[in-house]
Amino acid sequence: MLNNTVEITPELLDAHGLKPEEYQRILELIGRTPTFTELGIFSAMWNEHCSYKSSKKWLRTLPTKGPRVIQGPGENAGVVDIDDGQAVVFKMESHNHPSYIEPYQGAATGVGGILRDVFTMGARPVAAMNALRFGEPEHQRTRHLVSGVVSGVGGYGNSFGVPTVGGEVEFHKSYNGNCLVNAFAAGLADADKIFLSEAKGVGLPVVYLGAKTGRDGVGGATMASAEFDETIEEKRPTVQVGDPFTEKCLMEACLELMKTGAVIAIQDMGAAGLTCSAVEMGAKGNLGIELDLDLVPTREENMSAYEMMLSESQERMLMVLEPSKEEEAAKIFTKWGLDFAICGKTTDTLRFIIKHHGEVVADLPIKELGDEAPEYDRPWVQWPEPEVSPASDFAAPNDYAATLLQLLGGANGSSRRWVYEQYDTLIQGNSAATPGGDAGVIRVEGTNKGLAFSVDVNPRYCYANPYEGGKQAVAETYRNLCAVGALPLAVTDNLNFGNPEKPEIMGQFVGCLKGIGEACEALETPIVSGNVSLYNETFGEGILPTPAIGAVGLLKDVTQRVGIAFTAADETIILLGGHGTHLGQSQYASEVLGNEAGAPPPVNLDKEKRIGTFVREAISKGRLTSVHDLSSGGLAVALAEMTLPKGMGASINALPEENQHAVLFGEDQGRYLVTVKPTDLAAFVEDAIDLGIQVDELGQTGGSDLTFAGIATISVSQLKSAHEGWFPTFMAGTC
Amino acid sequence: MKSAVLLFPGSNRDRDMIKALEHISGNPVATVWHTETTLPEADLYVLPGGFSYGDYLRSGAIAARSPIMGALKSAAAQGKHVLGVCNGFQMLTEAGLLPGALMRNASLHFVCKNVELQTTSTNSPFTQNMASGAVWQCPVAHHDGNYFADSETLNRLEGEGCVAFRYANGTNPNGSINDIAGITSENGRILGMMPHPENLIEDLHGGLEGRALFESVMQTLDAA
Repeated sequence: MLNNTVEITPELLDAHGLKPEEYQRILELIGRTPTFTELGIFSAMWNEHCSYKSSKKWLRTLPTKGPRVIQGPGENAGVVDIDDGQAVVFKMESHNHPSYIEPYQGAATGVGGILRDVFTMGARPVAAMNALRFGEPEHQRTRHLVSGVVSGVGGYGNSFGVPTVGGEVEFHKSYNGNCLVNAFAAGLADADKIFLSEAKGVGLPVVYLGAKTGRDGVGGATMASAEFDETIEEKRPTVQVGDPFTEKCLMEACLELMKTGAVIAIQDMGAAGLTCSAVEMGAKGNLGIELDLDLVPTREENMSAYEMMLSESQERMLMVLEPSKEEEAAKIFTKWGLDFAICGKTTDTLRFIIKHHGEVVADLPIKELGDEAPEYDRPWVQWPEPEVSPASDFAAPNDYAATLLQLLGGANGSSRRWVYEQYDTLIQGNSAATPGGDAGVIRVEGTNKGLAFSVDVNPRYCYANPYEGGKQAVAETYRNLCAVGALPLAVTDNLNFGNPEKPEIMGQFVGCLKGIGEACEALETPIVSGNVSLYNETFGEGILPTPAIGAVGLLKDVTQRVGIAFTAADETIILLGGHGTHLGQSQYASEVLGNEAGAPPPVNLDKEKRIGTFVREAISKGRLTSVHDLSSGGLAVALAEMTLPKGMGASINALPEENQHAVLFGEDQGRYLVTVKPTDLAAFVEDAIDLGIQVDELGQTGGSDLTFAGIATISVSQLKSAHEGWFPTFMAGTC
Repeated sequence: MKSAVLLFPGSNRDRDMIKALEHISGNPVATVWHTETTLPEADLYVLPGGFSYGDYLRSGAIAARSPIMGALKSAAAQGKHVLGVCNGFQMLTEAGLLPGALMRNASLHFVCKNVELQTTSTNSPFTQNMASGAVWQCPVAHHDGNYFADSETLNRLEGEGCVAFRYANGTNPNGSINDIAGITSENGRILGMMPHPENLIEDLHGGLEGRALFESVMQTLDAA
């Protein structure tokens, strides 16, 4: 009989984020009062972050299979076939709450966590991205958060040695009390050498590897599953501290060890540390696990079993090793200066047994810890579909040039150079397209293939219409990949929402997932991994629904990519997909008119696929010299962005006169701007018309101005200074 | 040209450097783990970029005191050629093989971008085939590239033509004194530089200018 030394009170349960009915379930499951350590284990396994108890029902509805999918959701990362026996391994994960409390370490360990997920699968990380969302620039905490988060992302990724090839940074007041830090990583592996967490074989050694266990991050996953209030400063000790140097050594050691055939199962220690990793390995393999905590390397004295089981110290790994290779493994660990210990074994009892100081402090049914976690069908309300407002409902600007400069030089439209120059975008020597374009592109080492990456979501759209917003997030990443010439393969989702116990928030979640699922199905980009972050609320105020989508595409020939830059004069600029008509939820409406009402632009998935495929094929035929998809800010902003990289201007002929502000700033979906080589123009236009794709010849490249006939002329240098100016000025604290 | 790259825990542009050396020289590149005390026979020893030992304490400081550095110092004393890039440059100054120090960037931020470099001295084997005074684009990626030396040392470096590369046209990314981006030893056989020529050797990189440096030293060594 286990001794329960700590009385289990309602307050204690509350501190562990366990509801009374969840505690009842624990009592029924184990038939006795849990020990303090066991209570900690349950709280770690059953919190929202680890158990997905509110989201599971809906996640199951997402398309996760496809001819290229080698591993879908449920492992550390998704795995997708990229031909020639190679695979790309990727995932995106949030570190929102820790980053708000302690921005540098929160963001750094977010990056560390996602890199670990990737190399745990046997893949060497080759690209990273991040999607960051902060409160309005005027909010007192925003600058501090931007500064800390960007340094933290860079501090970890740069030292670890992975190029950051893309990302997004946005500001909106709904994130004032709850920033979002979503980190994406992708790695390369041989398709037949993927490592999983499922333990196999009885009586095999369970090995602990990596950094020592400390008290940092105890209860982190539970913290991440709660809302914020004025006690936030007290939560600082729940944030972990990152050590990219150890992580780099850990990766090299793991990849070296994997080559020897010593690794039977491997699981990194992320949220809920030792508890989650050990239970996962055992439960997946239908095995019990016995751990002796006296053997676990610790960096602090007198740690209790409870603390050791819940510590979220970073850069740690748990593995089941082939016993005959223990010595070889030890040699590799020593070479890389890593602590390691055989701290347990697999058993056939299906029990999760923890010993500390010679006593059993936990003895729980291992499968039930995960499988029997509560699952909720939370009540939700259907969001009322907002009316589509005609363009004439939105005031037209008096001065188009000033409006374009305002959008291009505003908090959300300005260049992110200040951010991405703090990230190493070039390391590994394979970067083909770095941040600033539609998608990041790397060459697959040793081949001529390329991988393209994009992360996107428009939370304003999602708030106005979760279903259309969900669709749009997927469609936008699809478009970004097509715009560089890559075939979209699969996506990962990072679902950031407020408190799921509120039916309207749950309604946002359900709506967005429906849209995401439909879009992934239609565009043939299954979801292979992901992460759910709920309770993104402060003082009861939720963030905008933010289901960030990270997408991966394949280029057969990396030299055939194109970028967004106008590169030569006298090339014809063509708009594919029709002129803009829709201003609801546009950047123009939000930032110029201060109007965030009405419906977002609807997404026609069939059109997306048709135009996307057409653009990709035109790129592979070498017909296009630049491509840019239309998104925030519409046609005018996209054109301006194409002039900036090389200072190459453009003359745009007279545009349709009706609702000209919608033509210039409307955000109708499924559209691209391209420039075509003069010799290919006729064939290109003919092919588009054959496919029923609307083609509008807008004008020509050339000169040093961006001219809209009869509307405005702005010099490219003026566009550039507006675009480049905002971020550094903001961070210097002078605006 | 036979080359060997020294590896430290936390090195992370070692693979870039090895690829570049193999690509340009056509020969396999030897690697040496930091715990070794002897070096394999080679014409050129390279300290790669990265965050050796996490750059804890000071960038390059712990690596400069690791076992293999004794052998490197002896090799340098015997006139062997040594190249240190980025973290490798930091190690060279920490080890006393090159004068001065690399402090935190003036912006206090890590910086990764293309800068303009001017080849200011073609006295060394590394630069002898490069066009003197030519300005070329080259990437940098570092947190501690702000070169500093006392005025006596600076005068000597400048006077003896030991400043190999300078940031040009106002693109100094880190506040380094006299816009110094790379320096050589008196005999020209040790080069330390912050920018990354190894990331500028093929079309994918947007330029081939980094090749000139490797080809230059290769020609000297192959002729020897």
